[in-house]
Amino acid sequence: MNANPNGKPPLKVRLATTSLAGCFGCHMSLLDIDERLFELAGLAEFDRSPFTDIKQCGPCDIALIEGGVCNSENVHVLRELRANAKILVAVGACAINGGVPALRNRLKIGDILDKVYRDDSGEVHIPDDPELPASLDKIYPINEIVRIDYFLPGCPPSGDAIWKYLTDLILGRVPRLDHQLLHYD
Amino acid sequence: MFALEQAESPEKLRRIAIEPVTRVEGHGKVTILLDEDNKIHQVRLHIVEFRGFEAFIEGRPYWEVPVTVQRLCGICPVSHLLAATKAMDLIAGYGALTPTAEKLRRLLHYGQIVQSHALHFFYLSAPDLLLGFDSEAGKRNIVGIASAFPDLARQGVLTRKFGQEIIRHISGKRIHGTGVIPGGMNKALVLGERDALRGDIDAVIEWSLEAVGMIGRLHETEPEFYGRFGESRANMMGLVNEDGDLDFYHGGLRARDADGAGIFDHADYAAYGSLLQEDIKPWSYMKFPHIRTLGAELGWYRVGPLARIQICDRLTTPLAEAERQKFIAFNGGAPAHGALLFHWARMIEMLHAAELARALLEDPDILGTDLMADKGPRREEAVGVIEAPRGTLFHHYRVGADDLVSYCNLIVSTTNNNQAMNESIRKVATQFLTGHEITEGLLNHIEVAIRAYDPCLSCATHAIGQMPLQVELIDAGGALVSRGRKGF
Ligand code: SF4
Repeated sequence: MNANPNGKPPLKVRLATTSLAGCFGCHMSLLDIDERLFELAGLAEFDRSPFTDIKQCGPCDIALIEGGVCNSENVHVLRELRANAKILVAVGACAINGGVPALRNRLKIGDILDKVYRDDSGEVHIPDDPELPASLDKIYPINEIVRIDYFLPGCPPSGDAIWKYLTDLILGRVPRLDHQLLHYD
Repeated sequence: MFALEQAESPEKLRRIAIEPVTRVEGHGKVTILLDEDNKIHQVRLHIVEFRGFEAFIEGRPYWEVPVTVQRLCGICPVSHLLAATKAMDLIAGYGALTPTAEKLRRLLHYGQIVQSHALHFFYLSAPDLLLGFDSEAGKRNIVGIASAFPDLARQGVLTRKFGQEIIRHISGKRIHGTGVIPGGMNKALVLGERDALRGDIDAVIEWSLEAVGMIGRLHETEPEFYGRFGESRANMMGLVNEDGDLDFYHGGLRARDADGAGIFDHADYAAYGSLLQEDIKPWSYMKFPHIRTLGAELGWYRVGPLARIQICDRLTTPLAEAERQKFIAFNGGAPAHGALLFHWARMIEMLHAAELARALLEDPDILGTDLMADKGPRREEAVGVIEAPRGTLFHHYRVGADDLVSYCNLIVSTTNNNQAMNESIRKVATQFLTGHEITEGLLNHIEVAIRAYDPCLSCATHAIGQMPLQVELIDAGGALVSRGRKGF
């Protein structure tokens, strides 16, 4: 029996990734799958991702989200991905609970900006061009903005953990991490 | 006022945005304003996020800071770990590091330079350089490189992997490890780890050399195009050791002007506040630093590979120095300022870092177990500076007797390049876009210039700096707005 009767290449999963208020470390960890990247390219094709030049997300199967939500643009991008992706995965501490950037939540954003954009004479000039999205009062975990299907902990989760999780999802298995792959640091 | 920074009547112009800038680390966008004839009037690279790391580091215990500030950046966490710990070494009262501790830190740093430069070249920029600036957008990525140039893609992946493995062996994790602590290191490198790294290093040097050769050949095909693309004549700054050699880990600051004449040399980096000053502009969260004595218009500068290899007197490793000499000869002996020359310089540095790593892997000290320096009196304030993959990185802290941080100021490499990047994209807009129907491929030319700097917008959004500031608020007509408080 021919598994591929029309000679068409087998369908690949469409995979989007985005970094919100994260440090890019979770994306770097995705690249820490090393040579398995070539295997991944056989299983999935990238949609919107910092690694591609696709700037707007289209319908896709899996979206990996790094980082929490710190401004209006993050909200917009997160909603765009939720609307387009069948499965949304919160990858890493920042997406799950805000992570280190959420240390700012004990301070008022206005006070921080005041301090950072104060000149020698004590005057404050906070960048306010319409091109700059508005900062939110706090860093929010992504599940406070949209529904999330899976949470993959770690700061960042290791390349091996991401590989296991992703291939489970792509191949239709319930994603599970063995004890050694499950880290919170 | 810089050309193309501010259109005279922005409300009458058409706006094109590149949003988000892709194949860079972090978030940024570019806006371009043009008229009906597609003449360009304004081009800006905006940093659109604000996180203000410095503010919430205050009040945290000092020993926690090196691992917290790593979370500024997942691409070069080691840079922040090292710069912060160099400051905390002094604050905690430690004297000179033990030879093993310093060598382990250096090896860690060289591993990071290899991985970061490999990431940038093979994963992020090679698609432009090898597939074409206006090749099909959907294929312009590492997967496209893997199908067109499978051997090269594999070498790139393995080179990055090698750098990451150095980091893992020394700091416990590939990203956000520990290992480095005030006063030294908390873990020795064991024989098995050293030998695993030694097994791969020769191949990495070989591939780095090939990458340098490849980018050099690319420039030879069309020297004018590649040499002048996004060219912006800038001052240059970086660390050198006492002999004037490039030193990624420690040294004094050297700045030279666009022709190579000295501005300052072997300057103590702890005095960075008297050497540099930052400006705020209302359209970007990233500040604009410049050399204080020269002022904002003339004092902006470039850091990173292209600056470093042109201001140092030499690279201390033979293969990399030979390649540096070829680079200088190719550019006629005078400092060169084309944006794409960054890639060439970056690959020379990758080769240099790999050679430096090999020398350390062959050094018996690297397996030593004397990891902690002697402790003397504490200090309240210190500055730690290193040459991160993207350029000079400043960390400045004050810590109270209660061990809590009372002041933190960070100037990340990418911030140093803010004006230079803006100048390069304005140049590209003038060279390629103005008067043309704007296509996706042409817009990618702008991104090609940004990518050349390998900006880490992730660092840049987190670390905002609290330097003395000079403010330049310009209204739509180009006039200076009165200096009133801008409310939030
Ligand atoms: S979870 Fe950690 S590695 Fe991931 S984005 Fe946040 S700080 Fe970076």
